[in-house]
Amino acid sequence: MSKHHVEMTINGRRHAGDVEARVSLSDFLRGDAGYTGVHVGCEHGVCGACTVIVEGKAVRSCLMLAVQADGAQVTTVEGLAAPDGTLHPVQQVLLDEHALQCGFCTPGVVMTLAALTNDAQKPSEAQLLAALSGHICRCTGYQGIRRAAKKLAGAARGKS
Amino acid sequence: MSAVPAPDPEITPDPEPDPDTGAGRYIGKRVRRKEDPRLLTGRGQFVDDIVVPGMMHVAFARSAIARATILSINTVGAREVPGVHAVYTQKDLARFKVDMMNFFFISPEVEITPLANGRVAYVGEPVALVIADSRHIAEDGASLVEIEYAEEDPVVTIADARRGPPVHPGTNNNIAAQMGEEAIDEDLDALLKRAPYLITHKVVHQRISQSPMEMRGIVAVRDGSEELTLYITCQSPHVVARWTSLALGLPQTAIRVIAKDVGGAFGLKNHPWKEEVAVILAALEFGRPLKWIEDRYENLIAANQAREAEMVLKVAFDANGKLIASHGDYSCNNGAYPQLVDCNIAVQMFLWAAYKMPAYGFLARGWYTNTVGLAAYRGPWAMESLIRETALDVAARRLGLDPIEIRRRNLVTLKDQPTTSCMGIPLEDITPAECLDKLLENFDVAAFRQNQKAARKKGRYLGLGIAAYIEPTGSAGSIVTMTGELAQVHIEPTGKVTATMSTHSQGHGTATTMAQIIADRLGVAYEDVTVFEGDSSRGGFSPGAAGSRQGVIAGGAAIMASDLLAAKVKQLAGHLQGASPEDIRMEDGMVHVEGAPEKSRSLRSIAEIAYGEPDRLPPGFEAGLEAQYRYQPPPMTLTSAANACVVEVDAETGFVKILRWISAEDCGTTINPAVVEGQIAGGLAQAIGMVLLEEMAFDARGNPTAATYKDYLLPAISDIPDFEFVHASTPSKSVGGMRGVGEGGAIIGPPTLVNAIADALAPFGEVPVELPLTPAKLLSVIERRNIAAAADHATPAATGPDSSRASPEG
Repeated sequence: MSKHHVEMTINGRRHAGDVEARVSLSDFLRGDAGYTGVHVGCEHGVCGACTVIVEGKAVRSCLMLAVQADGAQVTTVEGLAAPDGTLHPVQQVLLDEHALQCGFCTPGVVMTLAALTNDAQKPSEAQLLAALSGHICRCTGYQGIRRAAKKLAGAARGKS
Repeated sequence: MSAVPAPDPEITPDPEPDPDTGAGRYIGKRVRRKEDPRLLTGRGQFVDDIVVPGMMHVAFARSAIARATILSINTVGAREVPGVHAVYTQKDLARFKVDMMNFFFISPEVEITPLANGRVAYVGEPVALVIADSRHIAEDGASLVEIEYAEEDPVVTIADARRGPPVHPGTNNNIAAQMGEEAIDEDLDALLKRAPYLITHKVVHQRISQSPMEMRGIVAVRDGSEELTLYITCQSPHVVARWTSLALGLPQTAIRVIAKDVGGAFGLKNHPWKEEVAVILAALEFGRPLKWIEDRYENLIAANQAREAEMVLKVAFDANGKLIASHGDYSCNNGAYPQLVDCNIAVQMFLWAAYKMPAYGFLARGWYTNTVGLAAYRGPWAMESLIRETALDVAARRLGLDPIEIRRRNLVTLKDQPTTSCMGIPLEDITPAECLDKLLENFDVAAFRQNQKAARKKGRYLGLGIAAYIEPTGSAGSIVTMTGELAQVHIEPTGKVTATMSTHSQGHGTATTMAQIIADRLGVAYEDVTVFEGDSSRGGFSPGAAGSRQGVIAGGAAIMASDLLAAKVKQLAGHLQGASPEDIRMEDGMVHVEGAPEKSRSLRSIAEIAYGEPDRLPPGFEAGLEAQYRYQPPPMTLTSAANACVVEVDAETGFVKILRWISAEDCGTTINPAVVEGQIAGGLAQAIGMVLLEEMAFDARGNPTAATYKDYLLPAISDIPDFEFVHASTPSKSVGGMRGVGEGGAIIGPPTLVNAIADALAPFGEVPVELPLTPAKLLSVIERRNIAAAADHATPAATGPDSSRASPEG
């Protein structure tokens, strides 16, 4: 199995590694870079738990190879809160709305919502819910996640 | 000091205050969870996050055949892969004698080995274990293990099991467990036959994958010859430690089990099973720490599954719709190696417990088949509510009664109690009838019926489903595993409070709810209480999350231990201040003397004396501020509920849209309404999955046909409506008044939804209750032809995930 040198910026820090071509981005982020907040729930792109932000877009890191992220800017759930511990607005809303129980799917939910609301974007509630339909949560029945999406949606400023 | 406490930043403002439940400052409040900040920032500690020096990785070679004799296993190719260090088969692990006990620590009646022992009995059964430098290499190795089989025709369904050859050599038939009477009792039969109305109702429940988002996994570390540390995703570290010690015969080994964060369990993770045991044995044999993390393919085909049962219920009514007698014939598919050989006696015990049913008889059987074995799943006995509540609606339609009226005529009300059910369940304070009343205060049935009538004229099919139930929770004292709970509470020398508990959260938020209780009882801030759990070396034995018990029993333990500790503080403070202990009040982290505000001092200053200045303690006073209490609750605490949902079934497509869902439950004292509602909502979502989407099916050769989440359809956000909650809050007789709430949604949800669909489609006839109620099955009712059979042979697109998730929620 061929080895490839990859470098990427993860949560603002530069990381390098030598990986086999078959290594997924999720395995690289967890195993090589130590970002264990990236959770692997199905490894076939359905559950959404492994979602990270690559070059500004929410990506299922189980469906992307580490070599494909060579040179990319990557953000994981560990990279969202401020250095002083202040939660990202998405994290704060999910906390306020009791939107998690076991917390295994949560990093993916956080990253999708963070990607879609980045740069003060205000997507509509329907857009957020459509994106969230790609995240499986087995615990909550989605009640708090939906309340959080409503709070984050453009409707907060007026109907979209 | 300020008399008015500052607003607590940890409490989410609640626009509609919850009804008074004897609440304190924190009990009854939607306090933010202590678990959430670490989970939201990626700093949880799940089993795959554990890395131990020298750790190697495990993958399994699994059977691709449902039933066969193994002719040979060739591991040479696997061993030659660079980075593969060992390949073990059962022969290599045979020196370990493992007793694969069930949750009650009872040995199995058929041989169960960690790896296949000469035969395979289900697709996915682990045959060989590969140890390698990485998981990738371990899988490379596993793929090169060559297994030669002499294949036999498998026994797959309950029908196969009745007539097929025994799954297990040396047994006479496939009956794994049986209770009740083979032939119906003559007197009961006479009651049924003489009755003015007799309903015969059948329910077929599909097999379910518990599907916790975190799959199974273990890191097994052998420390020297007499220490074993296990990191494992589980429901109770204490159960895993006790089970492992007994099953492996390691009484002299110091076993420590650690599970800080667990990504859901739902009954799957009660104790280790074949794969986890194989990894523990391999770690003992190989001498290096080993990690195995199940992937989703393995989880869907080879992790123990749940449900798969069928039942025929006869129910006799008098001319007024009152119950006369009933008989049930129940069967469930145990698979080959169930975690609990079972005919599910709880189904029979609780079937009519909430209703005035004079006579009931039953036959219950569990069958072995060549499928992966059953384990628990939220409300394992839920068939009782599904078949009873759907049968009542069928009866209501037959008798021309309103479904609410037939329940009102038969439910046990508070006025009927105390009483005992026909199966001997003592009832003192169940409130299903009162929950139904509360439910209907929030739903205008008459208005709905008008809408339904008007809609039908336009070809739109709306339905209302109602269901009521009771559920045994917080059981303790009758089963060896189901014990009380220990709470150890310390006021540290810093004045902060720590508690060591044997509660265990797989999402339950027990570190939050227990802290709420302790903060209230000790008069300290919620932020100043930390609850440690998830480690078998702390606290005492407890089954953790099992049977909706933690709020009831651990809540009681937290109250009792805190009260003991408060008494200690009052004794010491009284002594130091020259006051009577009765005049000491603990509030806001301060210790006050009634009528002497100048004598108020911080809890910290009292604690510093308690730990550090023995000369100032009262005579005989044990130094420190610590207390522990093991709370033994009443044998059983019953929770009641009534639910309603409204659906629209599209007569063109057979798709079901849930328009409204109201839950009225009585879980006694509500420690944290957000946690309670979270438990109910999660259970209801799983119920919706069971009724509409999920199906773990097998083909005729015993191959699982759902091996990914593209085949096994879990509910997404677009499948689940907003739930409305009504809390009845009748305190129970346990300390604190709590009643369990973990499983209820998954029990009452299925009949509520099935009844709504059946009501919607009543103009077309009865809907056979064969879960899941796919669009094809509903169209078969609507169009009066067997579309479902045709769909079975078509592409999966007919019931595929894309089409089922296309519509936004109602």
